[in-house]
Amino acid sequence: MPLSLRTTLLLVGLLAAQTAAQAETVFVSLEKDNALAVVDPIAGTLLKTIPVGLRPRGLALSPDNAWLYVAASDEHTIKILDADSLEEQGLLPSGDDPETFAISPKGDRLYVSNEDDSQVTVVDIAHRNIIKQIAVGVEPEGIAASPDGKWLACASETTNMVHWIDTQSLTVIENTLVDPRPRALSFTADSQQLWATSEMAGTLMVMDTSTKKIIKTISFAIPGISSGKIQPVGIAIDPQRRKAYVALGPANRIAVVNAQTYAVENYLLVGSRVWNIAFSPDHKRLYTANGISNDISLIDLDSQTVIKSIGVGTSPWGVAVRP
Amino acid sequence: MPSTKSFWRIIVPLPILLVLCSAHPASAKSHKAAAKAPVAVTAQNKTSVINIAYLGQTPLPPAVVSLLNPVIKDLGSAGAELAITDNNTTGQFTGHQFKLAHFTVPPKGDPVALFQQAINGKFAYLLTDLSAKPLLALADLPTTAPLILFDIANSDDSLRAADCRSNILHILPSRAMRADALAQYMMKKRWTKWFMVVGDAPQDQLFTEALKRASKRFGMTIVAEKIWRHQHDARRTTQSEIAEFTQIDDDYDVLVVADEQGQFGEYLDYRTWAARPVIGTQGLIATAWHPAHEQWGAIQIQNRFKGKTGRWMEERDYAAYLAVRALGEAIVRSQSNAAHPIKDYLLSPHFALQGYKGTPLSFRSWDGQLRQPVLLAAPRSVVEVAPIEGFLHPQTELDTLGYDAPETLCKMSKSP
Repeated sequence: MPLSLRTTLLLVGLLAAQTAAQAETVFVSLEKDNALAVVDPIAGTLLKTIPVGLRPRGLALSPDNAWLYVAASDEHTIKILDADSLEEQGLLPSGDDPETFAISPKGDRLYVSNEDDSQVTVVDIAHRNIIKQIAVGVEPEGIAASPDGKWLACASETTNMVHWIDTQSLTVIENTLVDPRPRALSFTADSQQLWATSEMAGTLMVMDTSTKKIIKTISFAIPGISSGKIQPVGIAIDPQRRKAYVALGPANRIAVVNAQTYAVENYLLVGSRVWNIAFSPDHKRLYTANGISNDISLIDLDSQTVIKSIGVGTSPWGVAVRP
Repeated sequence: MPSTKSFWRIIVPLPILLVLCSAHPASAKSHKAAAKAPVAVTAQNKTSVINIAYLGQTPLPPAVVSLLNPVIKDLGSAGAELAITDNNTTGQFTGHQFKLAHFTVPPKGDPVALFQQAINGKFAYLLTDLSAKPLLALADLPTTAPLILFDIANSDDSLRAADCRSNILHILPSRAMRADALAQYMMKKRWTKWFMVVGDAPQDQLFTEALKRASKRFGMTIVAEKIWRHQHDARRTTQSEIAEFTQIDDDYDVLVVADEQGQFGEYLDYRTWAARPVIGTQGLIATAWHPAHEQWGAIQIQNRFKGKTGRWMEERDYAAYLAVRALGEAIVRSQSNAAHPIKDYLLSPHFALQGYKGTPLSFRSWDGQLRQPVLLAAPRSVVEVAPIEGFLHPQTELDTLGYDAPETLCKMSKSP
């Protein structure tokens, strides 16, 4: 870390002063601990670790932040936790081996990718039942619901496609061939673009929602890091589409991309094998789950500085932030 | 479902890198050559069927050293079947249907005769699970000249060199690639002094040649080489015999064994005179695939395969899987299903196959070998993946394994 201790302390101090009034809680799924870590990121402390089911991976908060959903992959279910008490409130059917899922903007549906069954499961949250299972390509993983509610996009890792599913009819309308082994998907806040990462080609692709075509492919290069180590996964795009942040997996970096010019502006060193990332509610900080170093990194986005890392448990997979 | 027309519409990424690639076709600096489709995918209103033949020969039953090695009846073909399923899952969106037909000859049968009788004229794509001799006889038929033969069974360096054919693509790593992978690891561990123990089968001699080549490339010293003879003396026991056999004058870092048939190599570990690791065809092995491999999404295909067959995926299953997937990928990306453009695409810098080994796989244009990482595995764990970090290459580190373009002895003009 190029940061001196004094600078770190200073930044932490500044950050604490800035955000004292808006404490937030970070939830991290721990794939190999069968647990959920609860972190106070501002204080830099792991508050507690609670058992949450077998092989927890994807997790997300409901739009009103009242509920936390956690995919317990080896229990083939998605657990509903009360986001305050973290008590389990029920189970959602998810199809086999749920890994990642997306929540509809209204918070009424979960869209789950079932990697082993080549399908997407659509779950009605209120009724806790499956509305539909949609056949997609081989090994669907990344899944995203457009903020305008119109589209559900799902990426198949082995078919190398993004499937565009109309949320009204729940059918695949179009398919976009993308670079090999697509991983994560993220819509821009205005729903006009869909961003996708390709783990094998090491690229970030920007698709136009209206044409479903790739309008830009962005590559990454880090001096001293072999291109094979650059395996982009998680994407976070700020609401104004100024910057996008991309986790580069075993390259142990977050790439900072200018979301207007598509230029790669910076690489920030975080923990080992960084896959999934999440903004703080005010979009001033970014949290990264580092699967091999067993910690999360906290990045101050104004200064583009990694402020600290917080040990959380074995194999952090997903991260969600609650105000 | 919406109208069929829009359902089949496929959008293809803009070939942004195409200009770069075509300017320097052989100098893509990284192995991250993205799979850029060279042509736009057009609307597909009807399904096109791609017929693939799987031609195998039942091997003679092997000698049994360990009960843990089951005799697998669908070795190879089970991998092809899984890839057919995967291709057809993709095919539902692209308008392709892949079909696999199995043809098997008995141990003493003639694969060429079966080809002439049942396959010729009906299939443009052929997976061959045959040894080198019948494979070459098949490849040299005038009728197979325009076909693509995917060799899923051979690691012979000669098939990638003097005996190469332009209508064959080799999926498994060659012996040279395996030996280089092992040598890179031994170099990393500074196990530079090798004691070689070689079986008396002809294949063991071939692997020994590959190991010797690797030892030269990576500056290793072979301090001793001994041939293991199979004798039937009742006084011999493995415990005493191997301790005695492995007493040599010079010290060595590692015992390197060449025993492809598994006739004696399993007995070496823990019985050597000096406490030294065993590496080669037993102990730490170099393989295209391993049941303990789970990185880069491999766990998913391991689960799919086991769910379908009830057993672990073996190397030859993986080779057959990759062959059918390579064909599927080439047909979808090139939007052709005629053998000639497909083959051009397979050998082009645009081709990038996802093989669950962390880096895209592609074919070497100079000898038809599938470029791929090689797993270095102990019986129940993957120890390292070659090419090992630090072994550099101007085009792709994958070409630090096996015969690189300047060294190739393959002259494709040998093909009819």
